[in-house]
Amino acid sequence: MSENTIPVVELSDQSPCGGESVGQWDPNAQDDRSLDSPSRRTFVQNSAAGMSAASLMGTAALVTGSDDADANTTWAEHFQGNYRLMSDEEKAEALDRLEKRYSLEYEKDVTVDGTEAADNVLFGYALNIKKCIGCRRCVKACVQENNQTRGDEQEIEWIRVLKMEKGEFTQEKLKDGYPGEVGIQVGGNAYGAVGVVLEGEHYYEPDKVPEQDSHYMPIACMQCEKPPCVKVCPVRTTYREADGPVVIDYNWCIGCRMCIGACPYWARRFNWGEPKLPKEEMNPDTHYLGNRPRMKGVVEKCTFCIQRTRQGRYPACVEVCPVGARKFGNLLDPNSEVRRVLATKRVFRLKAELNTYPKFFYYVD
Amino acid sequence: MKIMIQFVIDYISYIFKGGLRFYAWMGFLALFLLPWAYGNYMQFTQGMIVTGLSDQVSWGLYLANFVFLVGVAAGAVTIVFPAYVYKYEPLHKVAVLGEMLAIAAVIMCILFVFSHMGRPDRLWHMVPLLGIYNFPNSMLTWDTMVLIGYFLLNLVCGFYYLYQKYTGRPLNNNFYLPLIFISIVWALSIHTVTAFLINTMPARPMWHHGMMPIRFISTAFAAGPSLIIVIFLIIRKNTALWIEDKAINMLSTIVVGCLSIGLFLTLSEVVTELYHPTEHSDGLRYLMFGKHGLSNLVPWFWGSLVAMLVGWVLLLIPRVRKNYTVLPYICVLIFLGIWVEKGMGLLIPGSIPTPIGEFTQYSPTMIEIMNCLGNWAIGFLILTVLLKGAIGIVLGDVKYTKTQ
Ligand code: SF4
Ligand code: SF4
Repeated sequence: MSENTIPVVELSDQSPCGGESVGQWDPNAQDDRSLDSPSRRTFVQNSAAGMSAASLMGTAALVTGSDDADANTTWAEHFQGNYRLMSDEEKAEALDRLEKRYSLEYEKDVTVDGTEAADNVLFGYALNIKKCIGCRRCVKACVQENNQTRGDEQEIEWIRVLKMEKGEFTQEKLKDGYPGEVGIQVGGNAYGAVGVVLEGEHYYEPDKVPEQDSHYMPIACMQCEKPPCVKVCPVRTTYREADGPVVIDYNWCIGCRMCIGACPYWARRFNWGEPKLPKEEMNPDTHYLGNRPRMKGVVEKCTFCIQRTRQGRYPACVEVCPVGARKFGNLLDPNSEVRRVLATKRVFRLKAELNTYPKFFYYVD
Repeated sequence: MKIMIQFVIDYISYIFKGGLRFYAWMGFLALFLLPWAYGNYMQFTQGMIVTGLSDQVSWGLYLANFVFLVGVAAGAVTIVFPAYVYKYEPLHKVAVLGEMLAIAAVIMCILFVFSHMGRPDRLWHMVPLLGIYNFPNSMLTWDTMVLIGYFLLNLVCGFYYLYQKYTGRPLNNNFYLPLIFISIVWALSIHTVTAFLINTMPARPMWHHGMMPIRFISTAFAAGPSLIIVIFLIIRKNTALWIEDKAINMLSTIVVGCLSIGLFLTLSEVVTELYHPTEHSDGLRYLMFGKHGLSNLVPWFWGSLVAMLVGWVLLLIPRVRKNYTVLPYICVLIFLGIWVEKGMGLLIPGSIPTPIGEFTQYSPTMIEIMNCLGNWAIGFLILTVLLKGAIGIVLGDVKYTKTQ
C-alpha cells in the first residue's frame, strides 16, 4: 500500500482528531503536521526551504513592485500551458513562479506543492446525515484552509449545509390533503409538486444547533467519477485526477462557466471579482491544483483538500467536525474508514439517477 | 490581384458616400460605443462582479443574446433557401443580402461570447494546437466550430458573388452552388448545436428535453426573416434597390409558418410540464407565475407570449400581411417577442431554481445593458456597411472599369 494511505480510525462518535478543540480551529496551528509529511517533491523543497530575504528581493526585481495582484502576475504565468500537459521541469518552474509571487504578495513563506497522485489510491468521502448537527464548522474550516475569497463583496464557500425541515410532515399538514410546495401527496388532488428534490435551505441562522424538527445535509463537490463538469469544459481546465478528485487549473480556466451549468450539485463557485484574502488569514501550505490563491474570472470548488490528503492528512472538514459525521479515506483500501462505512452502513449517493457516480456518500447508522 | 485591390478601394469609397440620413444613422449607432467602452473597461478591470450574475444564475443577458443571435444568423437562410432550392427569382436577386446579415450576426455572437467570458484574455487557450480544444466532448467546441464554419461559408459565398458581379464575370456554379447548399444545411447546424449546448445538461431540468433544437430553429426562422423584412422595407425606401413585393410576401409567409410551429411547441411544453408538475417544471412555473413572491420574469414571459400571439394572428390575415405600412411594426413585435422568449424566457429560468432548489432572481446591471447595447450597435454598424456595399454592387453603382 502506498505511503499516502489514510490511517484507519475506529468508527466512533469522536472526531478523528481526538481531543482537539473544534471551537477555535486554526489551520496554521497545525503546520508542524504538514512538515513531517513524507512525500514532498524535491523541486518543491528547493524553492520553499530557503525563502530568504535575498530571494524575495530577487523576485521583486522580476515582477513589478505594485500591490496589485494582476500586476504581480509574471508574463511567464500568462503564457504557461495547461498544467496537466506540462513536463516535470515546466511544472517545477510554474510552482516556483507561484511560490515567489504568493510569498511576495502575502508576505510569508508560501509553498505551492505539486505532489502527484499516488498509486492505488482513490479518495472517497462518507457523511453521516444522522449525526450532522448543522453547526457549519466544516464550512468555516474549509474557507480558512482553502483560501477562499471573503468579505462583504463576495464570499465563497465550497460546502453548503442544507437545512431540511421536518415541518412538512407534521400531522396537521398531512391531514390537510393539500400539500404545500414540498410534501406528501394525500388524495387525488394534484395541486402542487410532490417531493421537490432537495428543497433545503442553506441560509439558516440558528441561535443554537441542532434546531428542533430539522436535519441537515451538507453538500460540496461530489468528485463524480463521471463528472459532467469535466465533459463540458471546452479547454480541459477541469479534469479528474488519478486518485479521484476533480481539479481545476486556475491558470487555464477561461471563465466560460459551462461547468457551473453542468454540475448537478451546485458545487462550483466563480470568482466574480478580484478575490479578497487578507494576508494574515492566508494559509501558506498550498497545492497547485488545490488551495492556492485564485484570480478573478475563474472557477473553483472542493478538491478533497488535495494539499492535505496527498500528504496523508485528513481534509480540514473531517478534522473539524465535532460529531464525527465526516469520514474520509482510500476507497481501494478494504480497511479504510470509508470502505467500512460502505460495507456496514446504509449508504446512498445524491441524485444517483443522474449517473454521475459521486465519490461522496451519505449514510445513516 | 490588382483587380482585387481595386475592388477593396471601390467598395470602401462607396460605403463612405452617403447622405445625411446614412451618417445620422451611423452616428446614432456610434453613440452606444462610449458607454460600451466604459462598460467593457469596468468589466475587464473589476471582473464579472459588475454584472448581475451570481453563482446561482451564472448565465445571463450576454448568453441570452448570443443564443438569440445565432438564431438570427441561421435565419438568414430563409432568403437563401427559397432563392436557390426553389429558384425563387425575387429572392434570388437579393440573396447576397441574407449572407451579409449572417456575417454581421455571427460577429455579434462572437462579441457576446467575449462579454460572457470571465477571462477573455485567455481565449487563446481554446485555439487548437496553441491551447487545448476539448473536441468532441465539449458542446462549446462544436458550437465554436459550426459558427466559424458558417461565418466563413457566408463570407466566401457573399464576397465571391459580389466580386464576380463587380468584375462582370459570370459565377462559376461548380464552385458556388455546392457552397450555397452546404451553407443552407450548415445554417440548421448552428442553431441545433446551440440548442445542444444547453439541453445536454441534466443538471438543468428545464432545458433537458429533445424539443429544444426544433424549437430553437422554428423561432429563429421567424425572428430572422422578421428582421430581414424590416431591413428590406428600409432598403426599398431609401435606396435605388427595389425589392419586389413577392420577396417580402414570401418572407412573411415563412414567418407565419415558423411562428406557428414555435407557438405550438411552446403550448406542448406548457401542457406537458404543467399537467403534472415535477422538478422538471420548476423553471417554467417560476417563469409563468413566479415563486415564493419572486416574479421578476413573469411580465416578460406573458409579454413575449402576447407579442408573438398578436403578431401571429395579424400575419395570418393576408390583407394585413401585405400592408407594408403595418408589416414592419408587426415584424418588430415578433422579433422582440422571440428575443424575450429565448432570453428572459428560456436562458435565465434554466438556472432558476439552482440544482439544489434555490430560487434566486437575476436582473442585469447597467453595465451589462450598456455592453449589450454596444454589441448590438457594433453589429448594426457592420451590417449597415456590409449591406450598403452589397447594394452598391448589386445595383451596378460599383463596378470594375479598366480605365481607372
Ligand atoms: S459535483 Fe459537480 S463539480 Fe463536482 S465533480 Fe460532480 S459535476 Fe463536477
Ligand atoms: S469555466 Fe473554466 S473550468 Fe469551467 S468549463 Fe469554462 S474553462 Fe472549463
